[in-house]
Amino acid sequence: MSLPKIAQVVGRAIPVLGDDIDTDRIIPARFMKCLTFDGLGEYLFYDTRFDEDGSEKSHNLNLPCFRDASIMVSGANFGCGSSREHAPQSLYRAGFRAIVAGNFADIFFGNATSLGMPCASTSRENLEKLSSALETDPNLEVVVDVENLQVRYGSELMPCEITPGARDSLLNGSWGPLEELLTATNGIEKTASSLPYA
Amino acid sequence: MNSKNLFEKVWDDHTVGELANGQTQLFIGRHLIHEVTSPQAFGMLREKGLPIRYPERTFATVDHIVPTDEVSEPYSDILADAMIKELRKNCTESGITFFDIDSGKQGIVHVVGPEQGLTQPGMTIACGDSHTSTHGAFGAVAFGVGTSQVRDLLATQTMAMNTLKVRRINVNGDLGTGIYAKDVILHIIRLLGVNGGTGFAYEYGGSVFNEFSIEERMTACNMSIEGGARVGYVNPDLKTFAYLKGRPYSPSDDKWDEQVSVWSSYSSDEGCSYDDVVTIEGSEIAPTVTWGINPGQAVSIGENIPHPDQVAKHEKAGVIEALEHMKLTAGAPIQGTKVDVAFIGSCTNGRLSDLEEVASRLPGHKVKEGLKAIVVPGSQLVSKLAMEKGLDKVFIDAGFEWRAAGCSMCLAMNPDKLVGDQLCASSSNRNFKGRQGSPTGRTMLMSPVMVAAAAITGEVCDARTVFG
Repeated sequence: MSLPKIAQVVGRAIPVLGDDIDTDRIIPARFMKCLTFDGLGEYLFYDTRFDEDGSEKSHNLNLPCFRDASIMVSGANFGCGSSREHAPQSLYRAGFRAIVAGNFADIFFGNATSLGMPCASTSRENLEKLSSALETDPNLEVVVDVENLQVRYGSELMPCEITPGARDSLLNGSWGPLEELLTATNGIEKTASSLPYA
Repeated sequence: MNSKNLFEKVWDDHTVGELANGQTQLFIGRHLIHEVTSPQAFGMLREKGLPIRYPERTFATVDHIVPTDEVSEPYSDILADAMIKELRKNCTESGITFFDIDSGKQGIVHVVGPEQGLTQPGMTIACGDSHTSTHGAFGAVAFGVGTSQVRDLLATQTMAMNTLKVRRINVNGDLGTGIYAKDVILHIIRLLGVNGGTGFAYEYGGSVFNEFSIEERMTACNMSIEGGARVGYVNPDLKTFAYLKGRPYSPSDDKWDEQVSVWSSYSSDEGCSYDDVVTIEGSEIAPTVTWGINPGQAVSIGENIPHPDQVAKHEKAGVIEALEHMKLTAGAPIQGTKVDVAFIGSCTNGRLSDLEEVASRLPGHKVKEGLKAIVVPGSQLVSKLAMEKGLDKVFIDAGFEWRAAGCSMCLAMNPDKLVGDQLCASSSNRNFKGRQGSPTGRTMLMSPVMVAAAAITGEVCDARTVFG
């Protein structure tokens, strides 16, 4: 496996609060008219950050103090809706390397993991506590510890969850599964020929 | 004690093996692709020098970006034009069947698959589109996937997956007159929440689903993902087999009986276990419309818009945000909300039976002056069959625009968009902020007949009153 092992992500964090943040919100559909994912970082949360005339709205992503954040903190059901990988791609290309939220929509979770971007779930109380700490001190160093299933900052330590398969693949550098899938040539043939349809 | 549900049977039959991280390597029998989520996958394979493993198991169509009024190429939107050309090129180079614009078979991928007979019971199906759950209406296990998985599927016909829990949802009794599959699924999502299905496949059953036509089952399965469930399905039955008989990719007559018995064997066994069971009384379901910015924020037509003070503490901020975006008043009746645009179409409700049901109500009615009302058939075949029945004329006479097939104003990647804060009564599946092309645009989801009633009166109303 040539992919890096991701045992933890360390960096500054930005609260983007609210439940049910959908993938249309993360990357509006009109920015999906593209043949590659290049440049999507620019349009992250575009309609939440900008008015229709292009002027900035009040949003944490527009604040200079959060500009260097690489960890996003949000609410429950993050990434619900469309299966568009453009959503985690735009987060990744905008510099994000981990998301901490209440929980994640299944498809988003898989898409983000396959980019090597851990998605850690924690309780509402923990999220509120972390967010208010960040509002007070945006320079806080936050650790998303994939190995020990913890989110740490200052003297705080909060437990988090990452689905076992995803956690294992981050830890052993197999989060992009294609290489491993390709090795099962015989098994694939066998399954294909055993099916009652072609 | 070896009884299994359909999900477990299909999963087991398609399991290639276990991956090092404990996930399953799952074989996907049918892979469907479209222009938005596939070009990057083809690009990744080209970069790695990998061929397409089973091109005969992948089928393509173009739906998201196609214009529905001026359909000739090149498209005026150069980005959209580049996307259709790229898909055409990728399919030609890889030997993938492409239901192109000139095929007579083009349309929304989740309408095309079933009507071509590509979707069959007991299959695994995947597509880079969350509404792939639609195909579960046939007793297939169908996953929406991301582009990296599209890449994995093109290269290996398999993907890495965690298994899902299965929640059986029984809708018992009978539905009242004027209550549709759309009302049933909106009711289910309202009840279980937009996050309630995370980690689950939904198995729908009970007398209401038994009575449903295949197209009604598709409407319900389609929106499973709006309840957080990646997969939704109904066990196959005689209606399923009758729907599939004679379709282009259905089994031939000489293999039919054998295939039907295989298909039947995938049904959930009597007495099989589920991770959860939910039971809903069909007679309690009313015409349902959304008032907010996710599909779970819905009320029945006789109810009032919720007040932030009446909901659970953690929901309060979401309700306030939704009311602000929707410009609706807390506690006010949902009936009477003024509508600017009416949209009938989408992979949820753009099939022939949807258009027939609306058209049967329209004679003698006119779309309210100043209101924009469009009908976008789900596929070229739906359009053709509807026109053979004269439905296009019925819609046009009533003041609707009759368009060409595509996703259109469901997500507005083509020129069909809301303008400013227009409010759209929509038969589609998502009411997210900005979903229909204008960041301040507003969407209210409802059944096609309810959309038509709103188009006629200019406001959200009870279609049973308008049409008698």
